Formats: sequence, structure tokens, C-alpha cells
Amino acid sequence: MKKIEAIIQPFKLEDVRSALKAVGIDGMTVTEVRGHGRQKGHREIYRGHEYEVDLLPKVKLEMVVPSERVDEVIRTVLESARTGKIGDGKIFVYEVVEAIRIRNQDRGEAAL
Amino acid sequence: MVSLMYALGPAADTEVSARLAALEAAALAAQSAADNAWMLASAALVLMMTGPGLALFYGGLVRKKNVLGTMMQSFTLMALVTVLWAAVGYSLAFAEGNAVIGGLDYLLLDGVGGEPNADYAATIPHQTFMVFQLMFAIITPALIVGAFAERMKFSAMLVFMSLWLLVVYFPLAHMVWGKGGLMNAFLGGALPCFDFAGGTVVHISSGVSALVCALVLGRRHGYPQEPMKPHNLVLSFIGACLLWVGWFGFNAGSALGSSALAASAFVATQFGAAAASLGWVLAEWIGHGKPSVLGAISGAICGLVAITPGSGFVRPMPALVIGFVAGVVCYFMVAKVKRKLGYDDSLDVFGVHGAGGTLGALLTGIFATKAVNSGLRDAGGNPLPLGLVDGNPQQLANQFLGCLIAWVLAGAGSFLILKLTDRLVGLRVSREHEIQGLDLSLHGEEAYNFES
Repeated sequence: MKKIEAIIQPFKLEDVRSALKAVGIDGMTVTEVRGHGRQKGHREIYRGHEYEVDLLPKVKLEMVVPSERVDEVIRTVLESARTGKIGDGKIFVYEVVEAIRIRNQDRGEAAL
Repeated sequence: MVSLMYALGPAADTEVSARLAALEAAALAAQSAADNAWMLASAALVLMMTGPGLALFYGGLVRKKNVLGTMMQSFTLMALVTVLWAAVGYSLAFAEGNAVIGGLDYLLLDGVGGEPNADYAATIPHQTFMVFQLMFAIITPALIVGAFAERMKFSAMLVFMSLWLLVVYFPLAHMVWGKGGLMNAFLGGALPCFDFAGGTVVHISSGVSALVCALVLGRRHGYPQEPMKPHNLVLSFIGACLLWVGWFGFNAGSALGSSALAASAFVATQFGAAAASLGWVLAEWIGHGKPSVLGAISGAICGLVAITPGSGFVRPMPALVIGFVAGVVCYFMVAKVKRKLGYDDSLDVFGVHGAGGTLGALLTGIFATKAVNSGLRDAGGNPLPLGLVDGNPQQLANQFLGCLIAWVLAGAGSFLILKLTDRLVGLRVSREHEIQGLDLSLHGEEAYNFES
């Protein structure tokens, strides 16, 4: 099992979700986060008082999938989240040691 | 009618006289009813300016950890000033006294009832006049709270404001509007000034006191390096719109009746606000590249402030000029001058009310005309010239002196009261409380509990 963490542009969330659903991934956790990589922030002005805003809103998707499906999921996220501009985000992949379904204590891939 | 009375003889004479007297009384009662209706509505409109108007406007401009603390200050002033007004305030402002302060005739509202006070407003109950003036006494200190937002103790705010009303507001209101007051142009003042709805009494007094508060309390921790963005401009937007609407009660209500003068003040108010909003946005668009919502609403408030003293004296076109100039000048005060001088007048009370009020008071000396307000008459009953446009340059000097008196009284009075309040209870919350926010540290509440 692997955990795939994708940090994407907030406005791409629905595209990514429906693309993942189309390949049969319909369990995920979504968090609203803020951050920045190489993308520069923007400037806000209130009554002539200027603020540099570096931390920009992003959306973090987390999903745990069987190892053999990782490449397919990554490809799907890449295709659906990409605009080609700086700020599109990143994907991280982690090993998962165990998964347990709380309701009936299923373990491993059966719990996904 | 006269020839008819002669023709019908003495018996008919008394009957016609009685009917005439009855008609006259009915006409007066009708005018009184109309004036009273407008004045009670105006009083309610002016209260609406403080709560919710100003509370929302200021509440949106602070950070979200201080929104309740800021609203609490406005709201508590609605209660505190009312009690003070009933006990001594109305009397000190409007009872006959000397040129600087009123007497004690109306202490505990003694003798303030349904009968009109002909000196102030002959067609409305004295109580209506009293409660209308109360709403001005509420909003004036409530304006100041923007200067020390996010850092003053609640207890210090209560002590400071109570003393401030006694030392600054009641005397100033008496000088400008009270019978025999130093600057009252219509009731025997030695230095006649024109302040229709409170350019000196409300806006200069609050704006200058706000500057002194900002200087004495010092900056918020982290200002200006840390971002202190307004937490909710939608609240501020709604508040500003309520202020604009409420201002019709403030200015047109200051005609003290539903007269043509009230209509003229209503029109001037609308025009001043509109031109100022455009003026601010234009200056900001050129200066910073973008026309902002906060700029549009701030500009409108500046115009409303600037047109306040002249609203019952100027024609519509000068109202547009006054508004536009105020919008541009206040933008520079807030965006440039404040940054340069480095004081933390957190919500720009001085830049908006101090600068806008002073500008409006001076421009009133230029544009005031007897064509709008014929209240001042010579011995022969002819309207006297008012401002520079009427050929009375002396008025500009009077307006300047009036501003000076208001500046000195508000500046020196506020400084002394702040020092005294600091001795009594301390002015600022602790650093920890300031960082935690006033909502939690002073009031034990949070504004936005989305999880609950």
C-alpha cells in the first residue's frame, strides 16, 4: 500500500476528483492548506498599506491505494491538475505500514 | 375675511375669530406632528449609525480575534452615554449657562418634556430634541475607538470615555449649539461659526482625540511589520452603507423639522458622499493601480464627514466639490501621511474624521450661502450674508478659529484624560492579552465558532 499526497491548485479540485473517480478511486481526504514553493505570492493593498502575501491557498489530497495502482493514480492526478504554470503543486508518495477499518477491523488492502 | 366680519357685525366677528384661532391651532399641530415624525425617525437613524453601522464598519477592519471587543466598545457606548446624558449631559450641553458650558437646569432631565423648547426647535417636543442630540453624543466617542482598536483595556475605555464626554464633548456641544454658546451663530455666540450637524462637535473632536489616543497608547505590537489586514471587508461594507443611510438623519435631521432646509441638507449629504467616494477611488487607482472596495467606502465616509458642517448651508454643486476634495485629501492623509509619520491610528479616525471634519468646516466658510439658509437676519428681517460666496470673508476666519478651539480642547483634554486614566486603571492590555486578542482575553468569547 502507498499513500499518495497531492498538493494542488484549489480550483483544480473538482477536475482531479472526477478524474480519480473515473479510474475507480473514490476514497480520499481533502484539506485546505496554505503554502508556497517557487511560486511568488501576491500584493494586497488596504488604504494604501501594502501587504506581501506569500502563503497561498492550496488543497491537499491524501489517498491510500494498493501499490500496483500508484502509477495510474499519479498519471491521473498529473493530467487533471496540470495547468503548466508555476504553482500547480506537487505529488508525494509514501509507504504505508498498515490500514485498519475502524467499523469492522478489516486490515490491509481490504480496509481501503 | 376682514370685510366679511364687518359686514356680518360683532356676533359673527367673535365666531369667525374663534374659528380662525382653531384653524391656526390645527395648522400648528399638523406642522408639529410632521416635524416630530421626521425628527424621531432621524434620531433612530443616527443611533443606527453607531449600532450596527459603525460597529460593523470597524468590526470588519480589525483582525478576527478583536471583532467582538471592537463591537462591544461601540455598543457599550450606546448604553453608557445614554445614562450620562440623562443624568448631566443634556443639561451641561443645552441648558443656559455661560459661553463655555451649560447650566444645571435640565439635571436629571428636569423640565424636559412634551412642550417644545422654542430656542432650539419650536415645533417638536423638547424630549424629541433631547433624544436626537443624545444620538450625536453616542456616535462621537464611538468614532474614537477606531484609533486605539485592538489594544485598549475595556475598563480604561469606560473611564476615558466618561471623562471625555464631561471635559470635551458637553462643553464643545454647548459652545457650538447651546444657547449663549461661544460659537453659536444663531443664539448669541461671540464668535459665530457655522456647524450645521457636527463638523467641529463630532468630527474634529473625535478625530483629534483619536490622534492623541494613538500617540499616547503607542502602536500595536508588530505594527507596521506584521500584516494586520482587515478580517472581513463584507462587514465593513454593510457598515459603511448603513452609515451613509443613517447620515440622512444626522444631517437632514439637523434641520430640526421636515422643512425645505432638511431636503437641502439631504441632497448635499448624498452629493458629498458620492463625489468623495469617486475622489478617493480615483486617487488610489492612480497611486496604487487598483480601485478597491475599502477605498470606495472609506471615501464615501470622508465625504459624509466633510459635508456635515456645511450640509444646511451649501448648494448641491459646492457639495460635490467639498466631497471630491475630501475624498482625495483624506486618501493622502491615510495612505501617505500616516505611513510617513508612523503613528498607529489603527482604523484611520484622524485621517477620516479629523482631516475631513476640518476641511469641511473651512469649506463651509467659503460655500455657506443665505440662498440655502436664511436663519441669520438683520434688524430689518433681511437674511445676512453667510460665507465667502455671499461676500462675507470674515466667516472663513471665524471657521478657522472655531476649528482651532475644537482642536485645542479635544487635543489637550484627551491628553490629560488619558494620563489620568492610565494612573487609575492603566490604558493597555498586557502583551499576552493583546496577542491572544481582546475577544478571548477581555470578554471570554470568540466571534467565529465554526466547529460548534
